[in-house]
Amino acid sequence: MTNLITPTRRTLLKGMGAGLLASAALPGHVFGQAAPIKLGFQLHRTGIGAAYGRWYERTAQAALKVVNDAGGINGRPVEIVFEDDATDPKRGAEVVEKLASQAGCDLIFGPLFSHVVIGSAPRAGELKIPYLVCSEGYHVASGMLNRWTMQPGITDVRAQVSSMAPWVTQNLGKKVTMVYPDYAFGYDHRDFFTEAVKAQGGEVIAQIAIPPTETTFTRYLPQIPTETEVLYHVMVGPAVLTFVKELGDFYGSGARPQIFGFIDSLEAVDTASPGLEFLEGTHFWEAHNRVKQADASEAETFYRAAVGVDDNGASVSDAADVATYSHMFSVWETLSVIKKGMEAAGYQGPADRQKFVEAVEAMTTFDAGQDHPQGDKVFNGKTHQVFGHQFISKVEGGKLMRVHQTAIEDGQYADAVDYSTQSF
Amino acid sequence: MRNWILHLGTLALVAVLLVTLPPYHATNLARILVLVVFAIGYNLAFGYTGLLSLGHALFFAAGVYGAALPVTYLGLPQLPALIAGLAAGGVMAALVGLLALRTAGVSFMIVTLMFAQAGYLTLLYFNPVTGGDEGLVLPDAATLLPGLSADAARATIAFALFATALIAALVIVQSRLGRTMVAMRENEERSRMLGYNPFAVKLAALALSGLFSGAAGAAYALLFGYAGASFATIQYSILPMLWVLMGGAGTVLGPLIGTAAMFYLVDIAGSYTTATLLFVGVALVLLILFAPKGILGTIRERWLTWLP
Repeated sequence: MTNLITPTRRTLLKGMGAGLLASAALPGHVFGQAAPIKLGFQLHRTGIGAAYGRWYERTAQAALKVVNDAGGINGRPVEIVFEDDATDPKRGAEVVEKLASQAGCDLIFGPLFSHVVIGSAPRAGELKIPYLVCSEGYHVASGMLNRWTMQPGITDVRAQVSSMAPWVTQNLGKKVTMVYPDYAFGYDHRDFFTEAVKAQGGEVIAQIAIPPTETTFTRYLPQIPTETEVLYHVMVGPAVLTFVKELGDFYGSGARPQIFGFIDSLEAVDTASPGLEFLEGTHFWEAHNRVKQADASEAETFYRAAVGVDDNGASVSDAADVATYSHMFSVWETLSVIKKGMEAAGYQGPADRQKFVEAVEAMTTFDAGQDHPQGDKVFNGKTHQVFGHQFISKVEGGKLMRVHQTAIEDGQYADAVDYSTQSF
Repeated sequence: MRNWILHLGTLALVAVLLVTLPPYHATNLARILVLVVFAIGYNLAFGYTGLLSLGHALFFAAGVYGAALPVTYLGLPQLPALIAGLAAGGVMAALVGLLALRTAGVSFMIVTLMFAQAGYLTLLYFNPVTGGDEGLVLPDAATLLPGLSADAARATIAFALFATALIAALVIVQSRLGRTMVAMRENEERSRMLGYNPFAVKLAALALSGLFSGAAGAAYALLFGYAGASFATIQYSILPMLWVLMGGAGTVLGPLIGTAAMFYLVDIAGSYTTATLLFVGVALVLLILFAPKGILGTIRERWLTWLP
C-alpha cells in the first residue's frame, strides 16, 4: 500500500508502461478488425455560433451511435473527429486543413455559419475533400463554391424564405414591413422574400435594416408604416430579446400588425422566457417543429429521443437548455446521406472521394423516415442543394404549434449553376 | 555581418522547413509567413516607433480588398493584385496617419480603433460589392503561378513575400530612418529639439507599416482564396500586437517567433480544450511577468545585445 501512496520511480514506470500497453490495446477491442471511416466535423464550439455548435455536436454523436449500432458504413466502424473553428472563417480554413491533412479524415461536414463556410470551402476544394455543409446559406446553390461542397441536409434560406410568402400573404396580410439585420444574412431575407411576396400579389412596403452594432431598436420602430399588415422580423443573436421587448412596449396593449418571424432569432431560446410574452399569438417559420406535435411520426419520436430533446424542445437533462431544433436535424440527415453515398460509391478510402461526390450528385429524393426525420426531400445534384418541407407555427401558451406545412415545390427555384459539369 | 548571417540563415531554415515539413504543417507555415509580414509591419509602427495602434485591421483589410476587388470585378491577375493590395494598405495607413498622428498615446489608440471600426462597417455597408460578412470567394490558388500546384505556388509566394519583408525590415531599422523611428519612441521631445520632424517620421513609419500590412492582407486573400469583412474586425488589430509582444517588440525576428508560437499555441490547445484564448491569456501574463520584452527581446537583453 505504501507503494501506491508514495510510489518509487520503478513502480511509477511500471504503471506508466502498463497504462501505455492498455491504451494501445484498447482500440483493437473496441473497433474490431476494420480500420474506421473517419469523418471530420468542423464545429462552431466557441464564438458566435457556440449555441448551435453545442447541439450540432450532440446531434452528430447521436447519429454516429445509430450508424455504428447498425454496422457502420461498408462494414467499417465510423468515427467523428471534432475540431473547433471558433465560428471564424480564417480558422475555418485552417480546421479544414487540419481535419484533412493531419487527422486524415475521409470527408468533412457540419459547419453552419455562412461566412465560415465561404471562407473554408475554397480550401476543401483545393484539398479535393468532400465538404458537406449544414449551413442553410444560399451560397451553395448560387454557384459561389465548388464541386466538392454540397448541402444535402438542409433547405437553403432562399427556398425557406420564398416558401413562406404564399401562406403569409393569404393568411396574415399583403402589406409587409421587413425588419432584418443589415448584413448578408438579412439581405437574403430582404431580396428573396420581397420577390416572393410580389409574386403572390402582396407588397413589401418598408424594409428596415438594423446595423449589426445596435443594441436597442426604439428609434427604428417608428419607421414601421401604420398601414403595415404583417411585420416580418429576423434578428440573429442576443439582441432578439431586447427587440421583442421593445416591440411590445412600442405597441403596448393597442392594435398591432400580424407578426411573422424566423426562428433563427430564437434558436436555443425558450419562447416562454420572461420578456417574450409579446410573441404570444405571433407566427414563426420553423424547419423542424421544436415542440413535439400531436401527429409526430415514429421517426421523429426516435430522433428526438436519440438526440436527447424533450417534448418541449429542451435537453432531457436540463429544461433550460433549449435545442437549435430547426437546424440541427441537418447534421443527422447529412450523416445519413454520407452513409448512403459511401455505400453507393463502394467507398474504401480517400481515392474514392470523387466517386462519393458523384454518388451523392446522382441522388434525387430522400424518403421521410429514421434517416430523414425532418421529412422527405428532393435533392438537386446540379446545384448540390436539398429542398424539404417548411413549417409555420404559432405561439400558443408560450409554445410553438404548427399551423401550416409547405410543399417542397413552394421553395424550388431555377438552377443557377451546374456543379456536376465542373471538373474535380 | 553577423546580422546578415543570422537573418539569411533564418530564411534558409524557413525555406528548408517549407519543403520538408509534412503537408499540414507546411501549409500552416505558409499561413504563418504571410501573417508574419503583417506582424513585421505592425512592429515597425509599434516596436520601433512606439505607435500603439489599434487600427491595423484596417490596413490589413485594405490589402485584402485592394487585391480582392480588382480580381473579382476587373479580372486583374493575382500577382498585380498583390501590388494593388500592398498599395491600398500603404495609402490607407498614410491617410489615417495624417489625421490620427495629430494625437498620441491613448488618444492615438482610440482614433485608430475608431477608423478601423468605421472601415469594418463600411465593408458591411457596401455588402453587394464586398460580400460583407459573408465575403467573396477568389480564384483557386492553383492559378497563381503557372506550372505549380496550389500548395507549391502558395509556399513560393508566401516565402518570397516573407523574405522580402524580413530583409526590407532589417534594412529599414538599420537605416537613418530606422534610427530616427527609435528616437521617436524613446524621446520625441528631444528628437524634435535636435531638429527632426516627429510628425513626418511617424507618418513615414505608419505608411511603411501599412504597406507591409496591406501586402500581408492581399497575400492572405489571394493565397487562401477568401476575402471577408471579418478580416477588418478588431481581432485583426489585436492579433499582430500579441504576436509582436510575444516575439519581442522592436526586434526584427520577433514577429516570426511570436506569430509561429501563437499559431501553434492555439492549434495545439484547441485539441484539448475550447478555452484556447485562456492559453493565449496565460502565456501573455507569464510573458509580462517573466519576459516583458518578449521572447527575442529578453534574449537580446540577456545575451545577444547586438540583435537588431
